[in-house]
Amino acid sequence: MYGFLIAVGVLLLLSIIWMVYRIQSLVSVVKGSDKKIASGSNKVNAILFVLFLLGTGILMFWYSIKEFHNYQLPIASEHGVVTDRLFWITMAITGVVFIITHILLFIFPYKYQYKEDRKATFYPDNNKLEIIWTAVPGVVLAGLVISGWMAWSDITAPAPENAHVIEVMGYQFAWDIRYAGKDNVLGDHDYRLITPTNAAGVDFSDKNAVDDFPSPVVVIPKGEPVLFKIRARDVLHSVFAPHMRLKMDAVPGMPTRFWFVPTKTTAEMREELGNPDFNYEIACTEICGRGHNGMRKVIEVVEPEAYRKWFAEQQTFLQSNPALAAGYEAEVQELAEVQ
Amino acid sequence: MATASVATHDAAHDHHDHEHHDNFVTKYIFSTDHKMIAKQYLVSGIFWAVIGGFLSILFRLQLGFPDLNLEFLRPLLGGWIDEAGKLDPTFYLALVTMHGTIMVFFVLTAGLSGTFSNFLIPLQIGARDMASGFMNMLSYWLFFISGVIMFISLFIKTGPAGGGWVVYPPLSALEQAIPGSGLGMTLWLVAMTFFIASSLMGGINYITTVINLRTKGMSFSRLPLTIWAFFLTAVIGLLSFPVLFSAALLLVFDRSFGTSFYLSDIYIGGEALPNTGGSPVLYQHLFWFLGHPEVYIVLLPALGITSEVIATNSRKPIFGYKAMIISMLGITILSFIVWAHHMFVSGMNPFLGSIFMFLTLIIAVPSAVKVFNYLTTLWRGNLIFTPAMLFSIGLVSFFISGGLTGIFLGNSAIDIQLHDTYFVVAHFHLVMGSASFFGMLAGVYHWFPKMFGRMMDARLGYVHFWLTFVGVYMVFFPMHYIGIAGFPRRYYSWTNFEFSNMYTDLNMFVSAAAIITFASQFIFVFNFFYSMYRGRKATQNPWRSNTLEWTTPIEPGHGNWPGEIPTVYRWPYDYSKPGAAEDFIPQTVPLSATPESNLPHEQEQVKLEMEIMKEESEALAANESKH
Repeated sequence: MYGFLIAVGVLLLLSIIWMVYRIQSLVSVVKGSDKKIASGSNKVNAILFVLFLLGTGILMFWYSIKEFHNYQLPIASEHGVVTDRLFWITMAITGVVFIITHILLFIFPYKYQYKEDRKATFYPDNNKLEIIWTAVPGVVLAGLVISGWMAWSDITAPAPENAHVIEVMGYQFAWDIRYAGKDNVLGDHDYRLITPTNAAGVDFSDKNAVDDFPSPVVVIPKGEPVLFKIRARDVLHSVFAPHMRLKMDAVPGMPTRFWFVPTKTTAEMREELGNPDFNYEIACTEICGRGHNGMRKVIEVVEPEAYRKWFAEQQTFLQSNPALAAGYEAEVQELAEVQ
Repeated sequence: MATASVATHDAAHDHHDHEHHDNFVTKYIFSTDHKMIAKQYLVSGIFWAVIGGFLSILFRLQLGFPDLNLEFLRPLLGGWIDEAGKLDPTFYLALVTMHGTIMVFFVLTAGLSGTFSNFLIPLQIGARDMASGFMNMLSYWLFFISGVIMFISLFIKTGPAGGGWVVYPPLSALEQAIPGSGLGMTLWLVAMTFFIASSLMGGINYITTVINLRTKGMSFSRLPLTIWAFFLTAVIGLLSFPVLFSAALLLVFDRSFGTSFYLSDIYIGGEALPNTGGSPVLYQHLFWFLGHPEVYIVLLPALGITSEVIATNSRKPIFGYKAMIISMLGITILSFIVWAHHMFVSGMNPFLGSIFMFLTLIIAVPSAVKVFNYLTTLWRGNLIFTPAMLFSIGLVSFFISGGLTGIFLGNSAIDIQLHDTYFVVAHFHLVMGSASFFGMLAGVYHWFPKMFGRMMDARLGYVHFWLTFVGVYMVFFPMHYIGIAGFPRRYYSWTNFEFSNMYTDLNMFVSAAAIITFASQFIFVFNFFYSMYRGRKATQNPWRSNTLEWTTPIEPGHGNWPGEIPTVYRWPYDYSKPGAAEDFIPQTVPLSATPESNLPHEQEQVKLEMEIMKEESEALAANESKH
């Protein structure tokens, strides 16, 4: 019944719109306004541009200021400060250009709307102007490029030798974390060795793998460089830690990496935000299938002392599951036991 | 001379009348007439735009109203709505994928370039038709087949392709990874193969026609900017689409014939696959070698149309005609060497990232020049706000808004955070999606009288413009905030994460705006089809424009001009020339006929023009006496 009533209502509305439309087009024929070069609508449209400029301009400023603390995520890494500064410098420059060009774009239609007795200015070119507005954006962009390039080079430079090595492996639909252990070197891996108990395919015949250990949470020390060695075992994924300003694709068959220095512990950030439940997170930003939006991993930034304590307490793969060493040389099994 | 030309007029006219007895099939279906093919492209484009828009409404419902019971969509979507009335997450990904594919390729490539290159190239350069009418017909029908295959893929049991419109392997190569990578992906690849063949045939035609079939006097420096844009677009397409084909072909091999171009070290579904040595990044390089130029394939025609519409309705020459051409040439060349800016964090060598950042930000310069030239064209004009003009101004606004955010994304250091977030979605929907879409609408409103001999209703056009213009900004502007906050793209919902567990209100607003904007497109659809049959009869040159298409009869027949093709004597932008009585001088008016308005350098050309005309009339007379 409701459906029927709605249908009737819609039909009525449409027929009213239809009649209004027919009447106004007949009226315009009678008035002869359709013969004119520019009718009264010209003025209406010109005014609407100015109203649009004012309305959306106010809306933009109001919302940008009101929501600033919401969309501006706090920064928790050293390079994040640099990239965010670049972001806001670019925002300032483009913001000015955005506002000036839009004021011109919407004021001109009002100012130069059609008048029968006026003739437009015949102004086909001006080489000087063209050169100016080729050169000025060129110079400004060159400045942005160079500062961006310097930041990019620093961020992508090889990690410091003392960086804590952590492997982040993406799979459908979660992240698998492996620490390099005491030697800070990750053991080899081979995707053909993957089993339900060895999700990362660690090759335990490699001595470097003996002290590797897993962790359900990415625990990292504040103020010390951390190197994520990133890979994927099925499809593309992408490690995204928004507060760290960190993003790097995880590619099957091609290891990638990203190093950074966290600057605030989770506890400090909780206090700063007044949110006792706050956590640093990793999300996936490369479409990977049904569970793409659920690949969450928590990063816990702690003080260096706490990190070292936690680190020493961890059980290696082989300690928690000695069966993993089965089939390998006796040496490996011995090492596993010694630990 | 006058009598002679009248005689040839009649002869040519008779000739045409006798030769073409079109039946329904040859006139409306397998037509080789460029105007009919253009209309076929246009109607197909509108059809696909409605489909593509509708798909976006479906996923916006999920994003804006995650708790909404979508049971009412079950008659349409069937099993893709689960028992709880929720949209299936894999189908959500398929919707996103098909929305992108359809909009980029079927609407903004075929619907825009296909329509206006076909329609305007012969009419504006003064040609009877395309260089090869048959190939042109083939081009449309290959596109049609491609569309049918893509359409079928929407309805198969495992769903259409679901790996994003970029269909990156291994996701798109492995059926185990997502159901859409089964038959749906196969159909996607087959459809795209037909599409590539279609656009290559179209492109070859456009290029050949522009180079070879320009009428007398129509030098490259007198071509309307529309033609320059279509020409360069075709060149870009011709050089880049084959690379997409190779990417797709290698993907077909990986999917069906056990090769490992893109696959390596994969363990999925409980088994280790035998593929080793391939690289998913190789696919990304190949894909974006088309993918980035594709942005300009959809954008340049829109900018060309805008140049023409803004000049005509400002009653002013386009400012910096040569600078416009040079910047389009610059964009064309640069568009081929910036592709890897889509891949800053793909794991490719960071040194490449630096190179591509430099190249990418260079491309902003010609784009900026174009914007400044549009603004200067409006400055001190005598502006008439036809719907086409409104949409052109809207385009310039989108081009600025979306172009400026490109400066953030082209900077690899800033891109680390913004890559694959809603900031990117906002950026390209404004600069490429909405801008090109507005170019297309401007073109339809402007050339509708030439296509169908009738006018579209201007007031409905105004309503359509304002609803769409405001609507598009309300949809895409908030996405900048969402993107800066780090919301990733292609997420079914954001509630799994603390950092993105907010902005439900803003997403609801965006979805509501999207629905209103989509609904208001039906004003256009109505206006379009209604005006085709019942619109006011058009006059020969309703916008008082200079270009050649307005010298044809109101409804041009086969061959476009009944008599001889007119000769061109001047550039297409002599609007409001000082000294001239009218505020426009069509390209067919000789300089010698307008001594009052000629500029000094043109006065010198008059002599040359007179000589040529004299020689020609002598040759014509000699020809006549032979018969």
